[in-house]
Amino acid sequence: MHRALISGIAIAILCSVVGLFLVLRRYSLFGDAIAHSSFGGIALGLLAGVYPLWTAYGVSIVSALIITKIKKKYNISGDASIAVLLSSGIAVGLVIIGLSGGFTIDIFSFLFGSILLVSVDDTVLILALTGIILIVILSLYRQILYSTFNEEQAKVSGIPVEKINYLIIFMAGITVVTSIQLVGVLLISALFVIPNVTAIMYGRGFKQTAIISMSFSVFSVVVGILTSYIFDITPAGTIVLISIGLLGGTMGIKSAGLLSRK
Amino acid sequence: MSIVEITNLTVQYPDVKALDDVSFTVNQGDFLGIIGPNGAGKSTLFDAMLSLNTKYKGTIKFFGEDIRKSKNYLKEIGYVPQKPIFEKNFPATVNDVVRMGLRNESDENKIDEILQQLWIHELSNRRIGELSGGQLQRVFIAKALVNNPKVLILDEPVTGIDQQSIELFYSILRELNSKQKITIIWSSHDLDAVNKLANHVACLNRTLFFHGISEKFFSDDELVKQYSEASMQEHMHHH
Ligand SMILES: Nc1ncnc2c1ncn2[C@@H]1O[C@H](COP(=O)(O)OP(=O)(O)OP(=O)(O)O)[C@@H](O)[C@H]1O
Ligand SMILES: [Mg+2]
Repeated sequence: MHRALISGIAIAILCSVVGLFLVLRRYSLFGDAIAHSSFGGIALGLLAGVYPLWTAYGVSIVSALIITKIKKKYNISGDASIAVLLSSGIAVGLVIIGLSGGFTIDIFSFLFGSILLVSVDDTVLILALTGIILIVILSLYRQILYSTFNEEQAKVSGIPVEKINYLIIFMAGITVVTSIQLVGVLLISALFVIPNVTAIMYGRGFKQTAIISMSFSVFSVVVGILTSYIFDITPAGTIVLISIGLLGGTMGIKSAGLLSRK
Repeated sequence: MSIVEITNLTVQYPDVKALDDVSFTVNQGDFLGIIGPNGAGKSTLFDAMLSLNTKYKGTIKFFGEDIRKSKNYLKEIGYVPQKPIFEKNFPATVNDVVRMGLRNESDENKIDEILQQLWIHELSNRRIGELSGGQLQRVFIAKALVNNPKVLILDEPVTGIDQQSIELFYSILRELNSKQKITIIWSSHDLDAVNKLANHVACLNRTLFFHGISEKFFSDDELVKQYSEASMQEHMHHH
């Protein structure tokens, strides 16, 4: 239970920070696409007899980078490239499963997460990855923010925008596969997008918005895990419902005209 | 000293030749007004000068060095784009946006100073997406100025802005050029403004029609007439 909470909080912070950049780049569904491609990776791991999370990391990151490259080279729109990535991951997974005659994997925990069963090793890995990614983001803060705000101007001011873009995709890949344990493949986007959409309505400056988003995200995850523990249901659903509740509440406050940015 | 040296610059897009064999130089302290009708190739020229488009023929040198060889020259340039594009609800304040341009964190005080100079210090805590066109333009000039550039490149920045803000903007440009000795390269449709502000003029309409001292251009009625007719023709052609 402690492990679940600790890992959950780390993942909540990670997803909200990485997700904020994705949302602002109109890449909201990218998390989903990577998550689906990790399905192919997991199938591959099971087939090869390797720990499936490792192959999931490998396959997701590589395919995300490849699709980004293709997108740029052939000038494919963001949403179309996401659709390609998303479906090819699932397709590869299905073919591998078919070829191997099917396995008895715990597909349910993969689809919906299994944070209550997280091991000590996994917890350590989650904390380490969260720490590393946050450090990278903090140390390249201006470059990442500027290239998210306007690529062309960032380029003119000498920022290596393309490298930064690949870095973000790379970090998003790691974040997604790490978070599968919390909410599973199907609900990843929720963690990336909902707290950020909510926070953007409150925050004025960038740092303020990021902090508000993190707070919402952590709140949803902690309350979600505790609630699901008490009622013995999967945490993924409760976590996402709570964050949707926060979003709905914010929209309500906003349309009632009560929201003034501080 | 020559700041920019452009020789035989040609830019061919799939459907049009946007620039054809354009050559000119810009010297230290010049205030160059580039005039030309819509589609004349002004933004195309800037894209090549800023290495945003590298598919050009000819050479562009900044500070004596070919920009294909090194991108270091970009550190000395402030650029204000024709249309600053960004997510409307981007959660960033004016202060955040100006700070993005700041290469050296230790120049923190510089930001306040520049916001004051451009009359936007009172906006520093407002969200970027909530500003008016004129305010936005000054924010982007501020951002272009935070690193003390030697050259300021502005692409046609007064469209859709009220007269008062335009006057303010012009007086800011004049001050930057005369007091701070910043070399300015500025594209505009406004012949009168170019006449008043710039000391050099380049008339562009795919080819370079005239380049030289601004008095020379504006005192030569024949030249001005020729230019207006050429632009007019181009205009008719487009509609
Ligand atoms: N990326 C592009 N691809 C293809 N053609 C282009 C591209 N950008 C500009 N053009 C074409 O090149 C020509 C010059 O365009 P450019 O934008 O440089 O003109 P401009 O002088 O900046 O015009 P305006 O005053 O309207 O800003 C136009 O015919 C335009 O259609
Ligand atoms: Mg233009």
